[in-house]
Amino acid sequence: MTAYIIRRFLYAIPILIGVNIITFLLFFVVNTPDDMARMHLGQKRVTEQAIEKWKHERGYDKPVLWDSQAEGKNKITNTIFYQNSVRLFLFDFGRSDNGRDISYDISQRMWPSLSISLPGLFLGLFAYITFGLTLSFFRASYLDIWGVVICVMMMSISGLFYIIGGQFIIGKVLHLVPISGYDTGLDSIKFIVLPVLIGLVGGIGSSTRWYRTIFLEEMGKDYVRTARAKGLSEQMVMYRHVLRNGLIPILTGVVVILPLLFMGSLITESFFSIPGLGSYTIDAISSQDFAIVRSMVFLGSVLYIIGLLLTDISYTLVDPRVRLQ
Amino acid sequence: MQIIHRIFILATTILISACSDSPLNNPYPVEEDNKNIYYDTFSERPKHLDPALSYSSNEYVFLGQIYEPPLQYHFLKRPYQLIPLTATEMPVPVYQDNNGNVIDEESPSEKISKVIYRITIKPGVLYQPHPALATGKTDEYIYHTLEKNDLKGVHVLADFKETGTRVLTAADYVYQIKRMAHPKIHSPIAGLMSQYILGLTELSKQLAEEYKNAQTDEASYIDLRKYDFEGARTIDDTTFEIVLKEKYPQFLYWLSMSFFSPMPWEADVFYSQAGMSDRNITLDWYPIGTGPFMLSENNPNLRMVLEKNPNFRGETFPIEGEKNDAALGLLEDAGKAMPFVDKAIFSLEKESIPTWNKFLQGYYDTSGIVSDSFDQAVQLNAQGEADLTEEMKEKGITLLTAVMTSTFYTGFNMRDEIVGGESERAMKLRQAIAIAVDFEEFISIFANGRGLPSQGPVPPGIFGHQAGEAGINPYVYDWVGGKAKRKSIDVAKSLMIEAGYPDGRHVETGKGLVLYLDSPAAGPGSKANFDWLRKQFNKLGITLVIRATDYNRFQGKMLKGTAQIYQWGWNADYPDPENFMFLLYGPNAKFEINGENASNYKNKEFDQLFGQMKNMGNGDARQLIIDRMVEIVRRDSPWLWGYHPVAFSLHHSWYKNAKPNLMANNKLKYKRIDPVSRKAQRKKWNPPVWGPVILILIVLCLSIIPAIRYHKRRERSAAL
Repeated sequence: MTAYIIRRFLYAIPILIGVNIITFLLFFVVNTPDDMARMHLGQKRVTEQAIEKWKHERGYDKPVLWDSQAEGKNKITNTIFYQNSVRLFLFDFGRSDNGRDISYDISQRMWPSLSISLPGLFLGLFAYITFGLTLSFFRASYLDIWGVVICVMMMSISGLFYIIGGQFIIGKVLHLVPISGYDTGLDSIKFIVLPVLIGLVGGIGSSTRWYRTIFLEEMGKDYVRTARAKGLSEQMVMYRHVLRNGLIPILTGVVVILPLLFMGSLITESFFSIPGLGSYTIDAISSQDFAIVRSMVFLGSVLYIIGLLLTDISYTLVDPRVRLQ
Repeated sequence: MQIIHRIFILATTILISACSDSPLNNPYPVEEDNKNIYYDTFSERPKHLDPALSYSSNEYVFLGQIYEPPLQYHFLKRPYQLIPLTATEMPVPVYQDNNGNVIDEESPSEKISKVIYRITIKPGVLYQPHPALATGKTDEYIYHTLEKNDLKGVHVLADFKETGTRVLTAADYVYQIKRMAHPKIHSPIAGLMSQYILGLTELSKQLAEEYKNAQTDEASYIDLRKYDFEGARTIDDTTFEIVLKEKYPQFLYWLSMSFFSPMPWEADVFYSQAGMSDRNITLDWYPIGTGPFMLSENNPNLRMVLEKNPNFRGETFPIEGEKNDAALGLLEDAGKAMPFVDKAIFSLEKESIPTWNKFLQGYYDTSGIVSDSFDQAVQLNAQGEADLTEEMKEKGITLLTAVMTSTFYTGFNMRDEIVGGESERAMKLRQAIAIAVDFEEFISIFANGRGLPSQGPVPPGIFGHQAGEAGINPYVYDWVGGKAKRKSIDVAKSLMIEAGYPDGRHVETGKGLVLYLDSPAAGPGSKANFDWLRKQFNKLGITLVIRATDYNRFQGKMLKGTAQIYQWGWNADYPDPENFMFLLYGPNAKFEINGENASNYKNKEFDQLFGQMKNMGNGDARQLIIDRMVEIVRRDSPWLWGYHPVAFSLHHSWYKNAKPNLMANNKLKYKRIDPVSRKAQRKKWNPPVWGPVILILIVLCLSIIPAIRYHKRRERSAAL
């Protein structure tokens, strides 16, 4: 397995280079260094001289991808792309275009993101598995039919609707939790309740249907028929056999998103004024801070690759038949 | 054990919260309920908190309370009036000729070679507690020679345990003026001030050279004290002089802006140390001032907290104001020591809906009104005036309105072959479009009536603006029934015929006239606006093509002079007509010069009059010149004039001393809050409603019954 993991990490290098190139090209096709300088220096009384100085200080006055004036390897190394990309592979994110240490900011802002995403994940898993299993248990009954109908309806509603509706009903009409905001420590609990609940409710439709399908597929297998033939009660069949085997695809699906929980949610964090990494990324895009954008995209890619690797490893742990070579 | 302990703490906290008399949806800690704290919002992270850099109103909200320039605007009096802040009295300029002789203010400009402003500051003014000023037993600065090891574990300014203060000196003001020339700082007004402050250009060059050499060192600190500078010098501990190259009466307004705040050299030394910026500890993040408040928490991703500066010298509320101020209760605090609030918490709110709802719940003391909430908050009364809805009145909310010292306009690029130029044809075309584009309708549809159609470049409240019949733009409006009435579209069509475009078609080729509007407003939200604009141009048979783009590209087009028609706006830096007229001053063109005259308008007479007007004191002579200038630009129509926005702000009943002041940045010290009333209202407005929750739980519980029955039935049924 060790050789496999090393090989996967080596595969990751060209993927990350590719991601970095695409991010770089997309960003600089839309924004020129002059645009970025203007955005950072403000709108009033910005001189060309100030723009040039700003670019020079951040290395944005260099050629973008190729320095035809330079000699030898400097043709590549004396470019914005090279100088901004290489250190990312050492996880040195450097400074944002407004001068702040990106690593420090990430280390500070990942906790609010995690405070929403982790409870959301675990509570969601518990709720969706319960609902999925219940619908499977009552398969082909009115409960199942109406459950699926409600799930489809809930899937069809925009996530934004849940956020605004949740804020309105629970925060504004019922006055049970603050509408938005965040705090540290135990004070954060009252702010976390609503986004977690909304995230949970918003995911019921799609996740329950998915888990129901998984459980129904398991219920059609021979070992379930054998269990029933042995005279086991339906509860026993469901909870001891179907649930255990149904958890394999569910858990491997969860493992892949575990690292991405750090990255936060763009919309939720914005609506609830949560200072997480999701809003960090959104702010960077709107303020055209390339240093942060490229760092967050790079970090997201690395975490996704790690997630996929963890998924593969988790297969071997939950299913002894799978071996990584 | 530890887990059980934590669960216990958690459960106790929840229980205490539930049992306290604070509403459950209170976003603030319970212990803040009775405190004298002002709550407000901000929606965008301040880019800069360095006073030499900051040039944005969302930054002034914080900086204005921390830094103290020599002058300030009177809080109550109108028209806006400058008064001393840290200065002992208003500085009076002294004019000198080439030989150093004092000459009269009214002397011709060419005779004036120096204008000297001597400013004396109040004695005994202290800086806020700050580590940069912390001294040891032998008066040496504790944190001025830090090694990298000393900074281990330091991430925020509060990690420095020791703080100190010292008395404000005149040298601190001089130091800050020199900072404008610092090559690392990029002060946005360095270019403008170099035109006026004697020797600032030379100092910039000198510092640039020094900085180039200093960059080899890690710290790259330049001690600005050692540079002699003609433009600003210290006379004694409390007196300094600023020397201008020419007459510039508007300079006094600049002296009320944070650019001219004092900066202790110690702060520069402290923040310039190696390793500080690596830890995000910079002057741009942690200000140091003498004002009534200090920034105790700078977390622009969550909240910004201003706390009362314990070293503040004390200042009293104005004892006089406008005629009605006493009747409105605005002089109740006259003569009382300020500031009134102990703390101000500004929470980040990016979305308007949560902000509005939290204001209605009493968790913000004041709020603006976004379009989505306008109908809920405001209704038009029988006279067509804005009034609060019953819902707002019941809550005791008050509405204040003020015409902003801003203008939003649609401009023509005067370099354009079709719409630009000085020809009679182009002028008539522009005049026709100015009549056709109905800004009254625009304000009604898109601004909920919150605006005044512009009659010229100078907004109401600024000297030079004429109200009533004398103030209407005769090329666009008639005076009918005591108010301005837009000319009929037939007049515009006649002008189109005279311009050679009958029914919007070229008189010779017969081709339809197609014009292009560049706008930075892209996205679905702007579609209705663009559709409306197309409709307006279509009244004259003109096809308008919208080229929507992002703001940066838009700026690029404007710099290259390639846009044909564009939309832009301007917020006044100071209440003087010069600050609006310069938007049409030829040498200030956007094209090639990168000035603020985005239309690249150039009129010899206007430019000449501008030169005269800008240096005059307010009076009849100046008004005459302004009238003539306004007449010229109305005739030439480089703009469609657009509108001046009207700001609507709402305040809760516990918020005192609310009066719109669009010029002052240091308004927090005047605000007074009644926390007892606020707490009572919050409790009244936010009772927890558990009924629906209990109902949902009951329904969920009951739904288990048929499921159990179904399950039992299935268990009992025979297999097929």
